[in-house]
Amino acid sequence: MKSALTFAACISLAGAALADTPELTVYTYDSFVSDWGPGPAVEKAFEETCGCDLKLVGAGDGAALLARLKLEGERTRADVVLGLDTNLTAAAAETGLFSTHSVTAEYDLPVAWEDPVFVPYDWGYFAFVHNADLQAPTSLKALAESELKIVIQDPRSSTPGLGLLMWVKTAYGDEAPAIWAGLADNIVTVTKGWSEAYGLFLEGEADMVLSYTTSPAYHLIAEEDTSKAAASFDEGHYMQIEVAGKVAGTDQQELADQFLQFIVTDAFQSIIPTTNWMYPAVTPAGGLPDGFETLIQPGKALLVPAGEAQAIRDAALDEWLSALSQ
Amino acid sequence: MAERTQPIRALPGAIAAGFVLAVVLGAFAVVVSGADAERGLGPADLAALRFTLLQAALSAGLSVALAIPVARALSRRRFRGRTLLIAFLGAPFLLPVIVAILGMLAVFGRNGWISLVLVQLGLPPIQIYGLHGVVLAHVFFNLPLAVRLILQAWQAIPAERFRLAAQLGCGSRDIWFLLEWPALRRAIPGALAVVFAICLTSFAVALTLGGGPKATTLELAIYQAFRFDFDLGRAALLGCIQVGVAGLAGLVAMATLSDVGFGGGLDRSMDRWDGAGGLAKAGDALAVCLTVAFLFLPLVAIVLAGLPGLDTLPATVWRAAGVSLLVAFASTCILLALALPMAATIAGARRGWLETVGLMGLATSPLVIGTGLFLVINPVADPFLLALPVTAVVNAIMALPFALRIFVPAARDVLQVYGRLALSLELTGRTFWRVVLLRRLRPQIGFAAGLTAALSMGDLGVIAMFADPERATLPLQVYRLMGAYRMESAQAAALLLLMLAFGLFWLCDRGGRSGDSV
Amino acid sequence: MAIRFENVRLQAGAFTLTADLEIASGARVAVMGPSGAGKSTLLAGLCGFLPLAVGRIVIAGQDITNAAPGARPVATLFQDGNLFPHLTAAQNVGLGLRPDLRLSGEEACAVQTALDRVGLAGLGDRKPAQLSGGQQSRVALARVLLQRRAVLALDEPFAALGPALKAEMLDLVGEVAQETKATVLMITHDPADARRLADETVLVAEGRANPPAPTGTLLDDPPAALQEYLGA
Repeated sequence: MKSALTFAACISLAGAALADTPELTVYTYDSFVSDWGPGPAVEKAFEETCGCDLKLVGAGDGAALLARLKLEGERTRADVVLGLDTNLTAAAAETGLFSTHSVTAEYDLPVAWEDPVFVPYDWGYFAFVHNADLQAPTSLKALAESELKIVIQDPRSSTPGLGLLMWVKTAYGDEAPAIWAGLADNIVTVTKGWSEAYGLFLEGEADMVLSYTTSPAYHLIAEEDTSKAAASFDEGHYMQIEVAGKVAGTDQQELADQFLQFIVTDAFQSIIPTTNWMYPAVTPAGGLPDGFETLIQPGKALLVPAGEAQAIRDAALDEWLSALSQ
Repeated sequence: MAERTQPIRALPGAIAAGFVLAVVLGAFAVVVSGADAERGLGPADLAALRFTLLQAALSAGLSVALAIPVARALSRRRFRGRTLLIAFLGAPFLLPVIVAILGMLAVFGRNGWISLVLVQLGLPPIQIYGLHGVVLAHVFFNLPLAVRLILQAWQAIPAERFRLAAQLGCGSRDIWFLLEWPALRRAIPGALAVVFAICLTSFAVALTLGGGPKATTLELAIYQAFRFDFDLGRAALLGCIQVGVAGLAGLVAMATLSDVGFGGGLDRSMDRWDGAGGLAKAGDALAVCLTVAFLFLPLVAIVLAGLPGLDTLPATVWRAAGVSLLVAFASTCILLALALPMAATIAGARRGWLETVGLMGLATSPLVIGTGLFLVINPVADPFLLALPVTAVVNAIMALPFALRIFVPAARDVLQVYGRLALSLELTGRTFWRVVLLRRLRPQIGFAAGLTAALSMGDLGVIAMFADPERATLPLQVYRLMGAYRMESAQAAALLLLMLAFGLFWLCDRGGRSGDSV
Repeated sequence: MAIRFENVRLQAGAFTLTADLEIASGARVAVMGPSGAGKSTLLAGLCGFLPLAVGRIVIAGQDITNAAPGARPVATLFQDGNLFPHLTAAQNVGLGLRPDLRLSGEEACAVQTALDRVGLAGLGDRKPAQLSGGQQSRVALARVLLQRRAVLALDEPFAALGPALKAEMLDLVGEVAQETKATVLMITHDPADARRLADETVLVAEGRANPPAPTGTLLDDPPAALQEYLGA
C-alpha cells in the first residue's frame, strides 16, 4: 500500500515536472527522426542545454513537409520547421508562416548564404553512384552517349529526382531536352523515391543510380566497404542545401531562436555527417569524419537561386516528361 | 421474394455502409473545400487515366483468367502440402510494395535469376520494364487473391452435385458447363472488380516496373498535384475519378452477377470422378507448378535476402513489430464490425448494391483519404495521438471489399437454409447472430480476419500522413532502414514483416477451420 | 385452440390459393392434395413466412395475421434443415425454450427430460451429423415438446424415413401433441400417414383449401381431384 502511494506520488511529481518544462515542436522529414537519422542524438544534445522537451515530428520528405505545413496553416503546432531545401524555400516563405532569424555563422557552403528567413544546416551534391570497378563517364553528356544503365527518381515524387531535373537544366539550359533524349535509353526505370532506386542499384538492376556524392561515405565508414564510388561530372554538380526556419506564430519564440542558433553549433553539426550523410553547413572544430576526404570534390557547384526555382522547375518538368514519354 | 422476412435486420449493415461512405466521401469533401482547383484536367491527366484503366483492366483480366485453372486444379486434386499452399497464397498480397518489387526483380530483373540463366544460355536477359512488367507485378500481387476467391466459389458447389454428375456419366467438359461455369459466374465479376479496384491506386509498382513517366497512373498524378503543385482541388478531382471508376466497375460487376444458388449440401469433402485422364492431370499439375514457381521464387528471394540480418535486427524494429501487431488487431476488429453486418444485409437483399460501397473504399487514394482525415482531425485533436486508430480504420476500410466477397455468399446460404427455422423459433436479431450466423460463418470469419490482419501489417496506408516517430509501424521502419542505407537490416525487417503477417493470416485462417467438425 | 382461415387468399408469384375454413381445437388434421396444389403455401401462410394477400387467420380467438413467425403460437417441422448442424442435440432442443440458449438450471433439466421423453437419453452432446435420420427427427420433436405451442405444423418432416420408422415418429407426434394439447396440421403424401394420425383431412386442390372432412370418409370415397392423385 505504502509503495503504491509512493509510486502515485512519483507519477504526479513527474507529471508536474513535465508540465513545467516548455515543449519545442520541430517538424522535419521522416528520415531525420528515424532511429538511424540525426534525430535521437540531436534531441539529446539540445535537451541537455535548453531545459525543455524537444519534440521532433516526422512527415514524409521535404516536399511533404511543406505540403503539411500549408494544410495546417496558422493553426500549425510546429515551432520550427527543419528539412526544406532551396527548391522549396521560396514557396515556403510565400506562405507567410515563417519569421526572420537572427542567426549568424561562418558557413562552409560552396555558395554565399544570405537568406533572412532560413538557416542552412547541411548540404550535399547530387551524383551518380556506381561500383568502384566501373569506368564511369565524366559528364552528363558522356553518360548519355554511353551504354550504361541508370536508375533515377521521379521529380514529381522525389527530392533527388527533382535535383537531377534542375541539374540538367542549369548545366544545359535550352539544350536540356536533347540531353534527356540522349539519357532516355540509359534509364532502366524511374522510381517513386530514393530508397527504391538505391535498392534496385544494389540488386544490380543498373550500373549507376542517382544519389549523393556522400553515399560512398556510408559504405566506407559504416560498412568498411570501399566498393562504391560517385562519378565526378565536368558540368559541375547540382547542390541541395537543407534549411530550417522559425514559425512566425510560435508561442515559444525564444526557444525557437535558441534552437536555430543551436543547429549551427558543433553539437548539432558534428552529428550530421554520419547520420544524415550530408556535409555540415558549418564544419565542426574536429573536422569531417575520417573517410569524407575520399569523396569526390566537384569542380563546380550548381544551384538555382531559390526565387527562380519554381519557374524553372515547371518548365523543366514538361521537358522531362515529353522526352521520356516517347 | 425480395421482401422476404429475414431473421436479421438490414439497419446495422446500412449503418456500417453509411460509416464507410461517410469516411470516404467526407475525406473528399474536406479536401475539395480546402481549395479550388487551379487547373482542370489536362492531356497529361487523360493520358494517366488511360494508362491507369489499361493496366488495371489487363491486370484484373489476367489475374482472374490465370486463377481459374489454378483454382480448378486445387479444387479437384488432393496432394501433399495443398492446405499449406492455399494458405501461402495470401503471402504476396501482404508484402510492402518496395519489398515485393525487390523480390520480383531478384527473379525477373535484368540481373535476376532468370536473366542469369538466359545469359548462361547465350540469350539476352529479360526485359521486364514496360506495361508487361506492370501487369506481371500486379498479377503477382493479385493472382493468389483471385485464386482464393474463385476456389471459394468452387467449394460452394455441394459434393452431392458432383456425385450426381458422375452418375450421369458427365465428363470434365460436361461438368464444366453444368456445374463449374455457373458457380464461376457467381465469383468472376466480383473478383475482377476487386482486382481492378486495387490496381487503380497503384503507383510505385506501376512507375518502377513501367520503366518511366509513360507509366504515370492517376495516383501519381494525385501525388504530383498534392506535393508538387499543392493543388488540393485537383488532387481531389483526380481522386474522385478513381473512386468513380471503381464504383462503376462495382456496379457493372454486381449487375452481371448471376444469383444462382446451389442450395445446401452436407459439407461432405469433395470427391471428383472426372479429370482422371492423363492430360487433365498433367494440365492441373502444370497450373499448380507454374503458380508455385511464379509466386514463390520472389518470396524465396525475399527470404534469402532477409535471413543474414535477422539476428542483428535493432530493438526498435521489434518494437515497431509490436505496434504493427496492435494496429493489425484493431483493424481486424473494426473490419469485422463493419463487414459482418454489411454482408448480412447484402445477403438478405436480392441485389448486393451495398458491395459497391466497399469497392469505393478500396479505390480511394490513400493520399486523399489521409489528407482528408488529417484536415478533419487537425482542428480538434493532435493527429499523432490518433495516428494508430486512424490507420486501423483506414486499413479496415481497404480490406472491406475482400471481406464482403468472402462473407456474402456464405451468409446468403445460411439465410436460405436456416432462415425459416430461425424465424419460427424466434431466433432473431442479436440472438440469431450469436447462435447461428457467427458460428456458421466461422471459416469465412477466420479467412477474412487473417487477410485483414496480414494486410494491415504490411500496409503503409495513411501512416505517412500521421507518422508518429514514437510509434512507427514495421513497414515504416523498413522504409526508414532503406532510407538510412541499411539494406540488409531493411530486408531482414521485411522478412520479419512477412513472417508476422503470414503467421497472423495462418493463425486466423486455421482458427476459423478447426473445431468445425460439421 | 381452433384455427380459423377467414377468406384467406395467398399469393406466391402467379399462384393463388384461397382458404376459408376452421379447424377445431385439438384436432389432428392431415393436409393432402396433388403436388403443386399449394399445401406448403397454406402452411407458409399459417406460419407467417408468406404474408396474406387477403383475409385473416385467427388462432384461439387471436388474430395473428400480422404477427412475426416466431410470435405465432405455431411450432413447425420442415422437410429438412430442422436442426442447426453446429449445435448439439441438447442445444437444438434448448432453442425451444430460449432462443439465446442462456438456459437456467431448471430449463436445462427440462431439456434433458424432453430428450429422455423422445428416447434420446445420453445423446444430448452429439451434433446432428453424429445422429441417424430418425434420431434427428426425435431431436426436433423434443424441441416441439418444449415449445408448447398451440399449433404444431408439419411439412412432411419424415418423408425420408422408412415406413416403420415413420410410423414410430407419427405415434410420437401424436403423443407430443397430446401432452402439449396442440392442434396438429400435417402435410402428407401418404394416405396411410393420414389414417394413422389424423381424424380429419384438408384437401388442397385447384387453388383452394377445403374445410376439413373426416379422413376415413374422404379416403374411402375420394372426390375427383383426390382420386386422380391417389391413383385409386
